Amino acid sequence: MPRKPETQKLELVCPAGTPSALTAAVDAGADAVYFGFRDRTNARNFPGLNFSPAEAAQAAALCRDRGVRPMIAINTFAASGQEHIWRQAVDTAARVGVGAIIVADIGVAAYAARTYPDLRLHLSVQAAAANPEAVAYYARLFNVQRVVLPRVFTVDDIRMVTASQPGVEVEVFVLGGLCVMAEGRCTLSSYATGRSPNRDGVCSPAEDVRYEQEGDVLVSRLAGYTINRFGPGEDAGYPTLCKGRFEARGRASYLFEDPVSLDATALLPDLAAAGVTAIKVEGRQRGKAYVAAVVGNLRRAIDSLADGGAPGAAVSAAGFTEGGRTTEGAYKRGWR
Amino acid sequence: MTRDVRLTLGPLLYNWPAEQRLDFYRAIAADDTYDGVVLGEVVCAKRSPFVSDATLEAAQMLAHAGKDVVFSTLALPVTPRERAELADICAMAGDDLAVEANEAGALYLLDGRPHRIGPYFNIYNADTLRVLAGRGAASVCLPWELEMSSLKAITGAGRDLGLTIEVPVFGSIPLAISARCAHARAHGLAKDGCQYVCGQDAEGMAVGTLDGQTFLRVNGTQTLSDAVLVLAQEIPALVAAGVGALRITPEGVDMIAVGRVYRDLLDGATDGATAEATLRTLLGERRAANGYLHGGAGAGWETMNATA
Repeated sequence: MPRKPETQKLELVCPAGTPSALTAAVDAGADAVYFGFRDRTNARNFPGLNFSPAEAAQAAALCRDRGVRPMIAINTFAASGQEHIWRQAVDTAARVGVGAIIVADIGVAAYAARTYPDLRLHLSVQAAAANPEAVAYYARLFNVQRVVLPRVFTVDDIRMVTASQPGVEVEVFVLGGLCVMAEGRCTLSSYATGRSPNRDGVCSPAEDVRYEQEGDVLVSRLAGYTINRFGPGEDAGYPTLCKGRFEARGRASYLFEDPVSLDATALLPDLAAAGVTAIKVEGRQRGKAYVAAVVGNLRRAIDSLADGGAPGAAVSAAGFTEGGRTTEGAYKRGWR
Repeated sequence: MTRDVRLTLGPLLYNWPAEQRLDFYRAIAADDTYDGVVLGEVVCAKRSPFVSDATLEAAQMLAHAGKDVVFSTLALPVTPRERAELADICAMAGDDLAVEANEAGALYLLDGRPHRIGPYFNIYNADTLRVLAGRGAASVCLPWELEMSSLKAITGAGRDLGLTIEVPVFGSIPLAISARCAHARAHGLAKDGCQYVCGQDAEGMAVGTLDGQTFLRVNGTQTLSDAVLVLAQEIPALVAAGVGALRITPEGVDMIAVGRVYRDLLDGATDGATAEATLRTLLGERRAANGYLHGGAGAGWETMNATA
């Protein structure tokens, strides 16, 4: 199904943790696909995921054949003394011919901008550019052409960015996991486990997770810290630290965020009107069935919107969301 | 050890009332332990109207006492009001007023003028430091998460660039900042109508696991470690690496006594093991942590070999 690109039409940016997920995203109607290398240079450094340099080359070629923009995320912070690993990742991305690299670290951005001035630079959400001035900073220093906004903005806040920085495209998350904390500025994971998104590309790593049955209660622990206790019949979610149940003021609660995932499908018209260029799906750790379903749904929503229709049913109807519950997150003012 | 290493009292992170702040800084000004003091609201702009007069008064008092006074800035300025506050502070930056940036928006506003960078900005390698130095950074406080080998490499690069490198050595560790306020949420409120409930907890709201283990503290939109960072036996190695200043974050303990421990350590008047024991006594029931510098979990405690 050929599509005519239109400037106002939202670009659909989709995750691929594996070559088969990438094919699924392309088949389901992605405009762009992002993926990472199989090492610490990307923020989904999970066992069994990601691409070797050869797989990245094949993926980039497949995307180009299908008119889809391939993007490589090199969005962790380069470890001191090991900067060459991040530079090599940039070199490889430039060599395989991607449509953009997505970076967070200033050292990595400087290397890419200096070495490959024609390679399109996108600023990762992990860089946490949370105001128009921050966006302008990265555009000025590294000629960053697109910024993935942190999930801290209301739709009005987004408009403030697009209006004051018209030269920089804005990409926002609309679906998937939701960081409650400003991304790239959270070390809860390494405080408990020693490994963090910024340094290691992992949050609340699986190696540190234990599920233990205590009577009829299932306890989830992360590096020995109890993150949740589930009674009979309760869905036992993954113990991501900020999604846990804790005790404060003598009361147990989901202190930071309920076990929900982001679904802003209903807000697509508002996001488009606010000047957003691209919408992003989180989930490089998800399987190809998930990717195919949610990408297909968003494809139809965007096309329907472009034809003057409604975005259609929220993607959560696909039944793939965490805990079965969704939120529109910070995009709606009351979330804060 | 050396008199070249300076002691900096970092910004007060908690929502103390104006009078308590003034009393606190009056005592700091009257004492010669700290060389520098960082003032200004880092966590939540909603607190600013209630404390900004006290902050300005404290700044005058501290400057008059000969302290190097620095104004810090918000860790997460997002709304127009927060951005306006940030712009006001950055506009004052110059030779007679040092301003500390904690995110890229402040760096944009301070670009090309001399400025400082606080520990909330992600600096994990020397390449990043070189870029920041080229835009006017004169002094940088490194983030809490760094381990010793990174810290040494970045500090070495900083020395070559003529930068002062500062390292946090004492205080609760800021672990996260959010647009949402978990403190208000725990009271059944949203951030917009928070009723300033963070002011009820002088050292943040204790957060335990469901098994009763102490874990975190919530300070408005910020999440802190419950354990207090205590680097004492590590100080000689930090000094040897070329660190130019030690940052001590205010907690609800005798902060002049804490500062004196570090001053004595730098002067060679006490040793690391004794300093550590004294700091632990000052902390009372609070747990100490030093894991990040040793390459482990931040909450961990690495026992140092006192004879090493």
